[in-house]
Amino acid sequence: MMSSKMIIVGMADLNVCKSPGVLTTLGLGSCIGIAFHDNVHKIAGLAHIMLPDSKQIQNNSNVAKFADTAIVKMLQDMGRMGAQRQNIRAKIAGGAQMFAFTSTSPSMRIGDRNIEACVNILNMLRIPILANETGKTYGRTVELYADTGDFIIKTIGHGTFTV
Amino acid sequence: MSNESSRLEVHFDTLKEISNIGTGHAVTALSQLLQRNFRMSVPTVNFVEFKDVANFVGGPEALILAVLVNISGDMNGIVMFMVKQDSAHNLINILLGSTTNAYEDENSFSELELSTLTEVGNILVSSYLGSLAAMINKKIVPSVPQLAADMANAVLSVPAIEFGRVADKALFIESLFGTEEENVKGYFIFVPEMESFERSFKF
Repeated sequence: MMSSKMIIVGMADLNVCKSPGVLTTLGLGSCIGIAFHDNVHKIAGLAHIMLPDSKQIQNNSNVAKFADTAIVKMLQDMGRMGAQRQNIRAKIAGGAQMFAFTSTSPSMRIGDRNIEACVNILNMLRIPILANETGKTYGRTVELYADTGDFIIKTIGHGTFTV
Repeated sequence: MSNESSRLEVHFDTLKEISNIGTGHAVTALSQLLQRNFRMSVPTVNFVEFKDVANFVGGPEALILAVLVNISGDMNGIVMFMVKQDSAHNLINILLGSTTNAYEDENSFSELELSTLTEVGNILVSSYLGSLAAMINKKIVPSVPQLAADMANAVLSVPAIEFGRVADKALFIESLFGTEEENVKGYFIFVPEMESFERSFKF
C-alpha cells in the first residue's frame, strides 16, 4: 500500500526530500497540507499546519504548527537542499469544516482561516498556487511526489485524485 | 511538558474519578433509555498527546464516528465521543434492534443510523457533563451535538486545534460497555479551556 520511501509528515510537522522521495500526511481535517515543489531540481516539501498565525499564540515554539512560520522554514530547508526559490510552486489541500456548527465560535471556522492565511502568505511571497483543494466537509490524505510534483489526494467516500 | 499541560495534570486524580463516575452515569442513562442491561468496565483515563490519539482509535486514516459538543457556562471547552466503525455498527444494532452484522459497505451509514449515533453520543456526553457539573457544583451548558464520520486524524484535528492553542495533551477516556450480544468500545476526549477550568476547580 505504502512504498518504503514514503516519508510521513505528522500533525504540526514538516519535511523535505529529493526525487524519488515521496512525502505524505494522513487525515488532514481543518489543518492544511502545504506542498512545495521545485520541478527543476526535483525537490519537494510538505507541511501539515494547524493554525494560521504564530504571532497570535503564546505556545508557538513549534514552527511547523503555523502557516506563517512553516512556509518560511520549508523554503529554507528546500533551499539548503538545492532548490531555487523562483522554481517553487505550491499546491494546498485541507481546511475542511469537519463539524457542521453554525456557531460563531472562531475555532469552528478554523479551516477557513487556515486557507485564507496560506493563500495570503503564498501570494505575498509570490509563490504560484497550482492547485487549491481546500474547504468542504471531508478529511484528506495527501501524497507529494518529488520527481513529478504530483499531489495525490485521497478521501473516504469522495474519491482519490491527482492534481 | 508544557506549562498548560502540567496545570491540567495537577487535577488528574480528580478528573480520573470524575470520569469514572461520569461514564458510569452515561452508560446508565443509555441503559435506562433502552431498558436493557448494560455491562461496563472501569474506564481507562489518560493524558495523551494529540499526535498519538489517532493511534488509540485505529490509526490516522481509520474511519471513526465522532459526536462533538461545545461546552459553555461556568466552564468552556469541548467534549467529543468517538467510536470506530465496528463499534458504531454494534451500537446501531443495540439501538435499532437490527440483528444482522452483514453490511454491504462497512463505511456507509444511513441517515437514520447517523442520527441515532448522534443522539447516543449526545446522551453519553450530556450525562458525563451532568455528573461533572454536579460534582463541582457549577453550571455547564452543552451545545447542540454535531456528528462527523471521517478519517480519525481529520476529525481529531478539530479538538487538537482548539487545544493546540495552549497545550499538546488531552484527557482521553476509553470505556467498554455493551449488552450480552454486542460490545462497544467508546472514547471520550475532554478539552477544557484552562482558565475557566481552574476557576471551576477552586473548591
